[in-house]
Amino acid sequence: MKKNSIRTVIFIIFVIFFILIVLFPFYWMIVSSISPQVELTEKPPHWIPQEPSLKRFVNLLFGGEGGNAARQRVFVSSLITSVIVSVSTTIICLVTGTMAAYALARIRIAGVMKILVGILIAQMIPMIVIVIPLFLFLKGVGLYDSRLGLSIVFTGLMLPTVIWIMFGYLKTIPTQLEEAAIMDGCSPFAAMVRIVIPLSVPGLVAVGAFTFLNTWNNFFVSLVLTASRAKPLTVVITEFSSQFGIDYGLMATGGVIGCIPPILLTILLQKHIVSGLTAGAVKG
Amino acid sequence: MTNTSVKRKQELKLALGLVLPALIIMAAVNLYPLIYSFVISLRDYDFHGDKSYPFCGLENYIYIFEDVRFWRSLGITLIFTAGAVTLEIGLALMCALALNRKFRGQGALRVIALLPWAIPPVVNGILWKWILNPRYGALNGLLMQLGVIDEYIVWLGSPSLAMLMVILTDVWKETPFIMLLLLAALQSVPSYLYDAAKIDGAGAFRTFKEVTLALIRPALFVALSLRTIWALKSFDLIYALTQGGPSNSTEVLGYYTYQKSFVSLHMGRGAAAAYIMTFIVLLIVIFYQKAVYQDVEY
Repeated sequence: MKKNSIRTVIFIIFVIFFILIVLFPFYWMIVSSISPQVELTEKPPHWIPQEPSLKRFVNLLFGGEGGNAARQRVFVSSLITSVIVSVSTTIICLVTGTMAAYALARIRIAGVMKILVGILIAQMIPMIVIVIPLFLFLKGVGLYDSRLGLSIVFTGLMLPTVIWIMFGYLKTIPTQLEEAAIMDGCSPFAAMVRIVIPLSVPGLVAVGAFTFLNTWNNFFVSLVLTASRAKPLTVVITEFSSQFGIDYGLMATGGVIGCIPPILLTILLQKHIVSGLTAGAVKG
Repeated sequence: MTNTSVKRKQELKLALGLVLPALIIMAAVNLYPLIYSFVISLRDYDFHGDKSYPFCGLENYIYIFEDVRFWRSLGITLIFTAGAVTLEIGLALMCALALNRKFRGQGALRVIALLPWAIPPVVNGILWKWILNPRYGALNGLLMQLGVIDEYIVWLGSPSLAMLMVILTDVWKETPFIMLLLLAALQSVPSYLYDAAKIDGAGAFRTFKEVTLALIRPALFVALSLRTIWALKSFDLIYALTQGGPSNSTEVLGYYTYQKSFVSLHMGRGAAAAYIMTFIVLLIVIFYQKAVYQDVEY
């Protein structure tokens, strides 16, 4: 009994320690974003801000007094770019990726496994190999530094993963239902749209979230393929340091805003993410 | 007979129609650049040089292999990868074992553990750059208040300390996620196996080795290989945290290749470096693949 309670205490201390280490940087980012500049340079640091204010958020998003109008414009434009590119990439990936995955999972085609292995290998390739030609190519066709160019590139980069996961998901849905529908005179395409798609909504949601998250979080590809007009949020935040002298308060503010969509998605879909993970880990 | 072949033809037509859009996009964004990159690596593709970009054979590859900075960055990449992956898998396994029991708030803990994984790597970089700031950083402030240090430390100032910090920053972001992966595997180990081990008189260590470790081995392998591949390709974190510094001591291959192509603007050398990097990653993938196959047979 006594031994047990000591173990419980150790366990609780461990859990608290774990949570503190994971959450502290987040806490500090939020604190830094709402602390006035003078408090950020205080020694020792103000662990709890004395005069918290949302001034930086307001300035960055809406401009106004004490803000930098040019910076506000750049930031809002980058936020819009991130949203547009992530949403359009997710939609195109889901539509084209699911179609392809359905064909691979349901219709006997010679060499399906070869295609799938090729898709897997494609994911291992360091992005820089394909980014160099894409940079030249996009410049050539006038899509360099554009939201459309970014969306197309991200779609191509995410499609292998989307197809791979949707293929696995569609394989778990029994074929009898579609076969019955086709027997009753339904065309294969209609069977896919009316029967298989509704059944794969959970898979679509998980893959969609994953695609959005990866596109939103990407930095390297956007860094190389944009210059001024189509810079997404991740690229603009890093420039708060280089371009205007190091402004950590502002970087923290941009960081908080940049973290909101991925964190919201993760919290909403944590069950899907963890179970998807588990399946992947067990299957190898 | 004709009926089935007609049906089969229709089926294949449908398959082609369904695959085509994805195929076109992937061919344009993945396959074509992959091949074209190789062509670039064989040309004197220098933005500052001759605009006809003449072919130059293997000159770019020779340049890279003769570049001291390349070998140095390869070494740095291997140190970073080995350090980060070992720490991440080790810590994740320890945490997973410690947390492998039923308790209230398990779901909340899982969400918390997913947070570092979810945020953009570049935000991870700038966030820690601020925490590690030598003058106003939270880490110096905290350690000073706790009495651990008596003067502020320039965390990213010296080569080995900077490397350690880069590794720890990566560990902070990746470990909780791997822990969840391993925790899920641990929870799928049926409890009767532990009972059986107990009945057979196996000690704690033997039970751990023969039951726990044996059964979560596939998950460990997946975590290990995925983490290795990703660590080899690291770029965002380094860019935001150290820019490869101090004095190139954290310049990993990804950063080196980026510098060659988009800062020095020599696409040919950049592409050659990128191809060499791809080759290294593929070698490691093949190595892991072999290891996993052996594992399955055994």
